[in-house]
Amino acid sequence: MSSNAITIPGTQIESRPWVDELHQWLTTVDHKRLGILYILSALLFLAIGGVEALIIRIQLMRSHNDFVSPEVFNRMFTMHGTTMIFFVAMPVLFGFANYLVPLMIGARDMAFPRLNAFSFWLSFLGALLLYFSFLGGTGLYGAGSAPDVGWWSYAPLGSRAFSPGHSSDYWTLALLVSGFGSIGTAINIIATILCLRCPGMKINRMPLLVWLNLVMAGMVLIAITPLSAAQIMLLIDRYLGGHFFDTQAGGSAVLWMHFFWIFGHPEVYILIIPCFAFMSEIIPVFSRKPIFGYPVMVGATVCIAFVSMSVWAHHMFTIGMNSYANSFFTLTTMAVGVPTGIKIFNWIGTMWGGRIQFKTPMLFSIGFLFQFLIAGLTGIMMACSPFDWQLSLSYFVVAHFHYVIVGGILFALFGAFYYWYPKMTGRMLSERLGKWHFWLFLIGFHLTFDVMHIPGVLGMPRRIYTYEPGRGWDTLNFIITIGAFIQALAILVFLANLIISYFKGARAGNDPWDAWTLEWSLSSPPPAYNFATVPTVASRRPLWDLKHPEDPDSRYE
Amino acid sequence: MSAVTTSFPNTAAEWRLPSRGKVAMAGLIIAESAIFTIFVVAYLFYLGKSITGPTPQDVLETPIFYTICLLSSSLTIHLAAKCLARGIGFAFLGFWLLTIALGGLFLYGTAQEWHRLIYEHGLTISTNLFGTTYYSLVGLHAFHVTAGLVMLVTVAVFGLCGRVEVKQSGHIEVLSMYWHFVDAVWVVVFTVVYVLGR
Repeated sequence: MSSNAITIPGTQIESRPWVDELHQWLTTVDHKRLGILYILSALLFLAIGGVEALIIRIQLMRSHNDFVSPEVFNRMFTMHGTTMIFFVAMPVLFGFANYLVPLMIGARDMAFPRLNAFSFWLSFLGALLLYFSFLGGTGLYGAGSAPDVGWWSYAPLGSRAFSPGHSSDYWTLALLVSGFGSIGTAINIIATILCLRCPGMKINRMPLLVWLNLVMAGMVLIAITPLSAAQIMLLIDRYLGGHFFDTQAGGSAVLWMHFFWIFGHPEVYILIIPCFAFMSEIIPVFSRKPIFGYPVMVGATVCIAFVSMSVWAHHMFTIGMNSYANSFFTLTTMAVGVPTGIKIFNWIGTMWGGRIQFKTPMLFSIGFLFQFLIAGLTGIMMACSPFDWQLSLSYFVVAHFHYVIVGGILFALFGAFYYWYPKMTGRMLSERLGKWHFWLFLIGFHLTFDVMHIPGVLGMPRRIYTYEPGRGWDTLNFIITIGAFIQALAILVFLANLIISYFKGARAGNDPWDAWTLEWSLSSPPPAYNFATVPTVASRRPLWDLKHPEDPDSRYE
Repeated sequence: MSAVTTSFPNTAAEWRLPSRGKVAMAGLIIAESAIFTIFVVAYLFYLGKSITGPTPQDVLETPIFYTICLLSSSLTIHLAAKCLARGIGFAFLGFWLLTIALGGLFLYGTAQEWHRLIYEHGLTISTNLFGTTYYSLVGLHAFHVTAGLVMLVTVAVFGLCGRVEVKQSGHIEVLSMYWHFVDAVWVVVFTVVYVLGR
């Protein structure tokens, strides 16, 4: 080390006392460490939300079961939904964006490192607030602990009369606080992408992951804020005696639904667009071909972002809107299928004729393509308002959106974990455990969520506590629960893989996948300052140019 | 272990990027606009839906003077920023303090109106739907004016200590973007509450 004038943080971790190390992690403003903190906190809440899901599934395993009380059951599905959306999916996607965006555009950090840290801690504090409700939610009323009115908290259930105590207050504050964190991160991502690109990284040369995260961040600004506004109104109702959602004073319960779903539906796209981003990086690398249709991909994403802002009321077909509203939201919802279909064809077009390598990230990507397609098709089914009148609030809907979130988002995320883990830790994840993880999770997923459509069609309502025997639901629910446990087993394999490979995995080197984006030009893990000299790029695949000076991409642009 | 030095051929020599402060403030303004939109929608949706009085027709008076104050403060902050960019520190400080005075006057106007509504007409946030939506919308705006004034005063303190110079003019412009936004929101709130709402 004596010859090295600059000591590189991150290379001498072993020599520091652990308190010092912990202090560094807690006070860090480094985008890579914050990214990892986001991901770790998401994994923690994934485990908690997963246990809640298992409790729900055990309760529904057979008819007339009383594994938990009805009150606890209500808390479990409320907390499961809120946790998985706000404290698993959002943080883990922000974590990857935080980690990858600056590296991919050749920047040394995010535009506002301290705002970045502030946003992370806001989001984490929000999660802690939500879970503190188990202890502090009772208030002076002796009524309930954790929120139990569903993750929509429909009016008037969220009002003082129906949510005495503090359970709904913790829910509101948790979402408000983490929402402010999300807005901070979104602003940071936008400013980073627009203002910190390295020389030559024109807007049409950015990796698709960067492009799609830019669109996602823009959507966060417009879609998360209505939720924040609605939470402020709910707080005014609960604490200052306001009447926004108080029907007895002329207020409207339907207005809350509108405000919630103006947030709620774009939120789905806020979650899925970063997953499209992962696919657009992983599939080309493992097909050994550049992405097919880059400009169309960007156009389709922007198109999805716009259209998704005008589909929210398809969650509300059963409240009795007029026929014009029903037709409008049916048409817009179906219209989203067009740009999404373009994307699926582009990914298949990328794989077409490529030398496909079936490594674990690619397996998860292929799983994503098939499952997301099916999720989209059941979505189109329910976009037809008459069909929705029949199946709304049934297990068919639960199966549909879990197909999107687990079959789509989670599969893409697992692909991203296997793909970028070597960059983050310097170690490869075990391929053998990875294959176990993939097949177990695939089998468990299909056992649970394919079968779950059927009780929905047979009329099983969502959020039901228990049911009568002899309706044809028993066997199906039993199979669903078995599938849930197989998924849980697969997650345990995954967590074991993360931990074992961190200590014993093969060394990754700079560029284990022979990829083309800038993050692979750095050591694994990258030094604190990322780039010793800021790179300059001349094409969409800068590392290809570097590796193939005889035939660079820049020649064809 | 050090990073690989990477440079790629055929790069354009000129490379200009937008200022991160302005981009971030634009992002914040977009986000805030969405929040205000929801409150405006709630106000319009609940117009005339109150079960009990008082109604906007009975009690609201158009605050023309204070509106002129706030809107002209946009002009003064713009002039202040221009003066700073040209290095005229004295004029900058003058316009800046004038902006604070105009903003403060506007807040005083809001306070006076609220005092009148509460003590003369008995309208509070919990009286009826009009009270709930009116105080939340106007209050949300007043909160943004207050936040803006805190930042303006902070700059003024630095300015009076002689610490605001030409090199800070980028930051001052970002702050003035926020102030313009607060004024623009008032145009909407004014139209909705005092023109359409009566």
